[in-house]
Amino acid sequence: MHAASPLFAMEGVSKFYGGVRALEKADLVVLPGRVHAILGENGAGKSTLIKIMAGVVAPDEGRMTLSGETVAFASPVAAQAAGISCIFQELSLIPDLSVADNILINAPPTRLGLIDRARQRELAEAALAKAGASDIHPRTPVKDLPLSRRQLVEIAKALAREPRILILDEATSALAAADVAQVLNLLGRLRDEGLALLYISHRMHEIAEIADDCTIFRNGRNVASFKAGDKNDDEIVELMIGREYHSVFPPKPASRPDGERPALEVKDLAWNNRLKGISLTVGAGEIVGLGGLDGQGQRDLLLALFGALRGVAGEIRVGGEAVNVTSPRRAKSAAFGMALIPEDRKTEGLMLPMSIGDNLTFAALDRVSRSGVLDARAERAMIERSVQSLSIKISRAEAPVASLSGGNQQKVVIGKWLAAGPRIILLNDPTRGIDVGTKQEIYGLLRRLADSGAAIVFYSTDYAELIGCCDRVLVLYDGAVKRVLIGDEITEKALIASALNLGVGTEAVE
Amino acid sequence: MRDWRFWLAENRGTLVALAIFLVMFTIYVSNHPAGFTANVVNTAANKGVLLALVAMAQTMVVLTSGIDLSVGTIFVLCNCVASHLLLVSPLGTIFGLLVTLAVGALCGAINGVLVIFGRLQPIVATIATGAVYYGLALWLRPDPGVADDFNGDFCDLFTGKLAFGVPASLVALTGVVLIVWAPFSRSALGRAAYAVGSSELSAYMSGAPVKAAKFSVYVLAGLLAGIGGLYLTFLTQSGEASSANASSYTLFSIASVVLGGVSLFGGSGSAIGAIFGALAFRAIGDLLFVFNIEPLWQPLFQGVVLLASVSIGAARLVGVRNRLELFG
Repeated sequence: MHAASPLFAMEGVSKFYGGVRALEKADLVVLPGRVHAILGENGAGKSTLIKIMAGVVAPDEGRMTLSGETVAFASPVAAQAAGISCIFQELSLIPDLSVADNILINAPPTRLGLIDRARQRELAEAALAKAGASDIHPRTPVKDLPLSRRQLVEIAKALAREPRILILDEATSALAAADVAQVLNLLGRLRDEGLALLYISHRMHEIAEIADDCTIFRNGRNVASFKAGDKNDDEIVELMIGREYHSVFPPKPASRPDGERPALEVKDLAWNNRLKGISLTVGAGEIVGLGGLDGQGQRDLLLALFGALRGVAGEIRVGGEAVNVTSPRRAKSAAFGMALIPEDRKTEGLMLPMSIGDNLTFAALDRVSRSGVLDARAERAMIERSVQSLSIKISRAEAPVASLSGGNQQKVVIGKWLAAGPRIILLNDPTRGIDVGTKQEIYGLLRRLADSGAAIVFYSTDYAELIGCCDRVLVLYDGAVKRVLIGDEITEKALIASALNLGVGTEAVE
Repeated sequence: MRDWRFWLAENRGTLVALAIFLVMFTIYVSNHPAGFTANVVNTAANKGVLLALVAMAQTMVVLTSGIDLSVGTIFVLCNCVASHLLLVSPLGTIFGLLVTLAVGALCGAINGVLVIFGRLQPIVATIATGAVYYGLALWLRPDPGVADDFNGDFCDLFTGKLAFGVPASLVALTGVVLIVWAPFSRSALGRAAYAVGSSELSAYMSGAPVKAAKFSVYVLAGLLAGIGGLYLTFLTQSGEASSANASSYTLFSIASVVLGGVSLFGGSGSAIGAIFGALAFRAIGDLLFVFNIEPLWQPLFQGVVLLASVSIGAARLVGVRNRLELFG
């Protein structure tokens, strides 16, 4: 096939959300019969690019052409009609419907206005066969299928629309190795049939195996396009990072107090095939980071420690004592002294319609009440202390917490837990979506808390935070600790390399 | 050839409801002083069909994970409308039928517009409209009564017995299932309604007609509640703006839907199941009479049976391993 005529092209496409640039002057050329890999860190603009191609969001400027003609998609349906099918990261399958129903959800075959079930089944079987999943019975409800099978149904659904361009956004992130091999095999076959494939993945070895072309995004711009194999892993990682950070982080202590009894010890923690034998220790005064790609078990680990998961195997020791944390209520009790700053402050952290004051005292009501009755004066004092020590900007404590800015809301979440006087603080990506100034304050606060003897476990999707804040970083991959980086070893390069489970930079642990 | 197993799994809720109904009804007739006679069956059928129609209406909305608290008042409003309009002349009868059904469908359409375009929660929208519909019913029939030239003979056609003692009401119910439910459940729109109930976001992302599906379930719910109201008129040959009827039919329709294996979370179940749920619920209520137990115990007994069947549905939560999912 001659490579000169692009099937799809994007020229100078930009997208802004408010004042934030998600994608800026992006160019992309997609050729038929090739697999084009898109690489970049979280938030580099890949998802925006795909959403624009799939008709989910409209670009603010720029031009898209399909087979040489200018196109614009008003909705996902329009993009599908033009021949662009997308398999999103979040599965778009409907759990209660059968596999066949799902595959033909937007255009079921009909006869006299009614769905022709026999014909639908034939079409579904054909699509499943094309996706190499003919072992899936078309009448199975999707919710009864394991994740890996669902992914194949998702692919069959996209193929049933007979697309010219198939976009796969992290389509393999939920799959085990054997299933990944099957999917890659299938993609190779589809490429040979002349389909253009856009492949987004964090897994470098998959890209090395399947990609023909690569484009790297960073900070909303595409920084490089090249033929697969023209650059090695090292160079690719460099291209993905390539940015500077200001020193917003407080200085780390020169040396950690050794030989002290660890505040938190975890041994062989396992849960539901998502956590696979995690062991770690956190000393009092230490900040331990959790790194790795999004969704490798970091959240589950924090939830397991905090007692929100059922059926957790393994041992948890707090202050040397083996404990059984059965609920968040137990976890926060004086005996354990844990606090979890949750991921989503709007649903898990705050009660938005309630007042700032009510939110601030909520996790520590036992400290401001006597025999179950709240002491209004003690409560007010606690609110005042929290507002001052965290410098939360409020007009009055009676205002609903929803009226605060994102950064101040996050401070309320943190203040709420600090009021309970925790000795073990678990943080789940606490700076997501807040401004730089507040971030800086939070970094300083974490270090002060550690200095006063708290043990801190800190999960962040921002590598710079892990580098700037943590004494040690555990890099998770597929529910297990793949590497431990200590002190000066914590570099962006080492973090990314071990997150991708590559041997770049230094030799792996083990 | 595992197809029958899938069929079984898909229709489990309906089959369980059928089984509960058969057991309850068998106990009922075998202890009835008159035994299994055409008259006993006909009386039970007439009562059961009323609730079955309202339960079908409720099913429509519940499938999309909504709830319709106005079905009972639409039922009562249509009863009042029909008591005025079902007149003796053939043209009058046909006109009365059509207007009654149109009123039901219109009430449903108003609910649909409020939920889809007004973005009100279904429970809030239908509490409000339900009160409005009941107000209209009161306005039409401040006192129970019926039009002077009401076509009572026509009504008798639908409430008596046909050949071999088959109740006419069951034949009519079968007709409604074939004309309304069967085509809807097998249309692309019906498919989309299930999809919306199961995961509205996925349905939207898949390009399914989300708004049209939601609108259609509210209209059909209104229509079915209207048919129920019409049937009430056939039976009582009178119109009454009964607030007791309105609220009990609304609550019982939800109970029937649950008994019938329709998920209150939306996305699964069938109106056929709800019909059996309604018939079973009626049979349970009537059981006490044949055992000569004081009717005072009826609500308590019905409640206990309902609680037991609903608990079976909640059993899946025991297996949840991430406690956060309990609150999702």
